[in-house]
Amino acid sequence: MSVIFVLIAVSLLLAGGFLLAFFWNVKSGQYDDDYTPSIRMLFDNEINDKNNNNNNNKTKNN
Amino acid sequence: MESNFCFHCGDVCPSESIIEDGHPFCCQGCRQVYLLLNENNLCSYYDFSKTPGIKAKGRFISENFAFLDDEHIINDLVSFKSEERIHVMFDLPQVHCSSCVYLLENLHRINSGILQSNLNFQRKEIFIAFSPKDISLRGVVELLTFIGYEPAISLKSKTKKRVKPVRRKEIFRIAVAGFCFSNIMMLSFPEYLSSGNILEGGFKEAFSWLIFALSLPVLIFGAGGIFKSAFKGLRHKDINIDVPIALAIVITFGRSYYEIISGTGAGYLDSGSGIIFYMLVGRWFQSKTNEALSFDRDYRSYFPLGVTVSSQGKEDNIPVTRLKHGDKVVLRMGEMLPADAILKSPVAEFDYSFVTGENKPVILKSGALVYAGCRQLGGRIELEVVKEPSQSYITELWNNDVFSEGKKQRTSFVHPWSRYFTVVLLSIATATAIYWYNIDASKLFPAVTAVLIVACPCSLLLSATFTFGNMLRYFGRAKLFLKNAGVIEQMAAVNTIVLDKTGTVTEVEHNRVQYNGVELYPFEKRYVKQLVGQSAHVLSRSIFDSLDETIDKNDNLFEFKELPGHGIEAVIDNQKIRMGAYKFVFDDAALSDENDKIGSRVYVKMGDSTKGFYEFKNMYRKGFKRMVWSLIRKGYEVHLLSGDNDAEKRRLNKYFDGKLEMVFDVTPLGKLEYIKKLQKRGRKVLMVGDGLNDAGALKQADVSIAVSDQSARFTPASDGILDGSAVRKLSSFLHYARGAKKLIAIGFVLSILYNVVGLTFAVTANLSPLVAAILMPASSLSLIGLAAGLTYWYAKTKSKLR
Repeated sequence: MSVIFVLIAVSLLLAGGFLLAFFWNVKSGQYDDDYTPSIRMLFDNEINDKNNNNNNNKTKNN
Repeated sequence: MESNFCFHCGDVCPSESIIEDGHPFCCQGCRQVYLLLNENNLCSYYDFSKTPGIKAKGRFISENFAFLDDEHIINDLVSFKSEERIHVMFDLPQVHCSSCVYLLENLHRINSGILQSNLNFQRKEIFIAFSPKDISLRGVVELLTFIGYEPAISLKSKTKKRVKPVRRKEIFRIAVAGFCFSNIMMLSFPEYLSSGNILEGGFKEAFSWLIFALSLPVLIFGAGGIFKSAFKGLRHKDINIDVPIALAIVITFGRSYYEIISGTGAGYLDSGSGIIFYMLVGRWFQSKTNEALSFDRDYRSYFPLGVTVSSQGKEDNIPVTRLKHGDKVVLRMGEMLPADAILKSPVAEFDYSFVTGENKPVILKSGALVYAGCRQLGGRIELEVVKEPSQSYITELWNNDVFSEGKKQRTSFVHPWSRYFTVVLLSIATATAIYWYNIDASKLFPAVTAVLIVACPCSLLLSATFTFGNMLRYFGRAKLFLKNAGVIEQMAAVNTIVLDKTGTVTEVEHNRVQYNGVELYPFEKRYVKQLVGQSAHVLSRSIFDSLDETIDKNDNLFEFKELPGHGIEAVIDNQKIRMGAYKFVFDDAALSDENDKIGSRVYVKMGDSTKGFYEFKNMYRKGFKRMVWSLIRKGYEVHLLSGDNDAEKRRLNKYFDGKLEMVFDVTPLGKLEYIKKLQKRGRKVLMVGDGLNDAGALKQADVSIAVSDQSARFTPASDGILDGSAVRKLSSFLHYARGAKKLIAIGFVLSILYNVVGLTFAVTANLSPLVAAILMPASSLSLIGLAAGLTYWYAKTKSKLR
């Protein structure tokens, strides 16, 4: 039964690790803006080529 | 029909619309922006949302930003500066859709000098890093302004250092409390089943000590804010709501630690840390209000940062703060005067609506004193400063005592309730103590502490925080953005409503134009339209917009002349047309004074024949009449203040059977005094206003709401910001606010029921950790659910908020 101590220690360490990871996330500013990234990821990576742009102003973004 | 709406901004296009690449545009400004985006292959801007653009105002004058070349101002604005890189943050109030994000984050493609731009959509803030070698700060601001996002730069935002989100500490507290709480819950589980007897040997004790260790961070870090606030309250000899809560926490944890150390029991650390976790979540929920809005602006936010000064024939841009007595200021069209000054140019026209609330432009002659805060309507003029910006007429309002006092701290009704609760609780505890002292003294300590543990005012606080938090959200969805939860309670106490007229109950942008006189033939209307089309004056633009005729390019227009403050004239098809003030149009000084005084009229003369005049009437907001009537019927006293003349008095009196009290020609200070007078009569006043001229009254009132037609416009300091389109819902808002007390009371009753159940266990000294562990989450979660349900139901069916 004393293996439970090991298990508890492991589970606490694991959860504590997640807590630290969360701290790190918050500190690095990931949660400062929880809306804009959801818009940002919709944009396509367009090739910035000024020469062939004149008539493709309706770029499809699927 | 789509073709009739501007591809850029979605406005209705005039019939002679501008077509580019097959897309219609309402004006040259919009077309220019489109061309710039097209050139840089940024037209995906138009794919993410329909007509995302912001209508180009057509008044973009590069000189307006000349002050951004000033070294002092640059240093104040930027957050980082080196040879290759400058970092700067701007507020962009115009940000509204995903297209904005796309365009603003691709600025580097328009100008390669911009290294990086990063937008925070919710805070409406943009971070820009640019290379000073390729583009100046002024260039960046001009680019932003050109594409429609003029940054809100003000003296205020520059003197106040940007506040870092302090939120993070709250989030850490919640995380720590949540982590420890869930682990304690798990370790307490054996205790719930057969009081932990299923555990063998040293397990029970070991688990207790683990729980002990895990509870320490909750107590010290998680509940730190509660202790701090309670301590602060005690130091000011004020029992705030945190005092009984801190007491309950201390007793819960104290007894639990005693039990664990003495080995007599498992304690109530699971329930204790749980309640702290829920309370932290509740607080965070309630304080999470609209971050993009600023509620504490003063006059400095309105004034420009820089101003053009001419000395010895040279024009120079200096920051407003360095403006001195005797400086010669140059104002171009649309610019605002930042200090009281004397007019040096022969004649000029000013828009005073900001300062006085008077809608009609004022014409002043050389030598006249012009007050700070007015906007210049004509061409370039010169003025001589007589008072520094901080001592001008309009800023005097801020020297009034109201502004130095700061609002009185009003305590929430939740506080007295919690006080009664504490008194009742303490008497139950005393009664329990006396009972057990006589029956079985050994049970005295466990029974009394159990009473204090089970019945903590936390549930009351929980139901209040979640109810208020939800209400703030529903208010926000209906477009009333409140500063904090306290405002809801103050709104509920209001019994008198004071409305400002100009801009609050009338629409600023839309004046109704009415033509009186000889009926005009279509071709004559065409002429009129062509003539006013030449002028940028406010009245000309209104007349232009009101005429549906199409300008015929074959009507030749010659000899166009615009006399500031008088009118315009031109020859169209060999016919001389004059429009403007009576005096100008008819050259008749005798009748002029009377006819020009009546209100805003523009007379029309074609050739020798007098045609008539265009008259401008205020347009009341849609639903204004119904809103005022519903307020009167609900027993509110409604007042209307206006800096305007009383031309509208009769019309309004007819509307409201004289039940609406009206005062006209009120100065900004007069408005403040008026509110004071009402308050002396014991009225609780809600002031609804918009301009700088209402700032004093807004500050003095018990509750103040500033109306704004676009979120882009500055609003004076207030408790709430109301979107212009939602002014008609004022009566629903007040009804909802009054409901708050009822809704919280319902939650309170439920929490008392739980308390009664818990207390019956406690007074009989039978409170097992299991009962506590079931009661705590059950009561907390059901209270949160109840708050969510009730606020939704009340907003929808009772107050009809939508």
